Amino acid sequence: MADDRLIIAGREFKSRLWVGTGKYKDFAETKKAIEVSGADVVTVAVRRVNITDRSKENLLDYIDPKKYTILPNTAGCYTVEDAVRYSRLARAAGVSDLVKLEVLGDERTLFPDTAGLIEAAKILVKEGFIVLPYTNDDPIVAQKLVDVGCPAVMPLAAPIGSGLGIRNPYNLKIIMEMIKVPIIVDAGVGTASDAAFAMELGADAVLMNTAIAGAQDPIAMAEAMNYAVQAGRLAYKAGRIPRRLYATASSPIEGML
Amino acid sequence: MQDAIHIHVNGEARTWRSGATVTELLQDLDIRTERVAVELNLEILDRATFDQRSLKDGDRIEILWFIGGGSL
Repeated sequence: MADDRLIIAGREFKSRLWVGTGKYKDFAETKKAIEVSGADVVTVAVRRVNITDRSKENLLDYIDPKKYTILPNTAGCYTVEDAVRYSRLARAAGVSDLVKLEVLGDERTLFPDTAGLIEAAKILVKEGFIVLPYTNDDPIVAQKLVDVGCPAVMPLAAPIGSGLGIRNPYNLKIIMEMIKVPIIVDAGVGTASDAAFAMELGADAVLMNTAIAGAQDPIAMAEAMNYAVQAGRLAYKAGRIPRRLYATASSPIEGML
Repeated sequence: MQDAIHIHVNGEARTWRSGATVTELLQDLDIRTERVAVELNLEILDRATFDQRSLKDGDRIEILWFIGGGSL
């Protein structure tokens, strides 16, 4: 699938699997899982440097920003002000103008505050950020995010870290049909079939973290997700057969005794 | 210590020497300047100005970098 590239805001991506870097045992495991997943976009969070224990290594000592596209997120932000502040800090840290924008509405579900999300996106687009918003599976909100200048939209499949899989394939399908920018299904994937399903629906990419990092064998799951996303994409492009209620024989009747 | 100043670094109270620059603070804390973001009294600093900005009493400094994260 060498010619099947994903392009967002003029940037070309090789992999349609994007991965997070949280919840791993250590940086070595993070690095290995990302390598095996084949992902070329990795999300990171922005946090305080530990000034009392300086022995800690930095994630970017393991994940080379020359090799991977680093996608800073605004995880943990519940207000427009915080999300904008963290985005600016991420850019000041000097890896890119990209931001995975999250404005969360509630701690228990981690569902997005979509009104806040649109407002924050508007501000950041004006400041020159490439804003990739984590949003609900709501086609109208997705369109509003595009209208304010987001070059891709990232609707959830299910709550972050829930592993519930694609809970509303019909809404996701509507988003994919209505919205004319790349759609990256973000959050909620539990296992390889969920990722393949998202791609079969027509997603341009899938972003996940917990499904890999939280698996009993994260490295093996990273490999499974790599295949699942490729298989799902191929199946989508191949075009599946229509569903029929009754059988259609695949062996000819002619020539039978 | 007559020219000592009291500042907050990442929320922790610290006593520092007056006139020290942001670059010197980062060096003293053994933090490499590349890939960190510094916020001084809520103003995000341009990396190029780290060695021109000196600290004064009461300053609140935040030093941030990237850590592992997906969504949270």
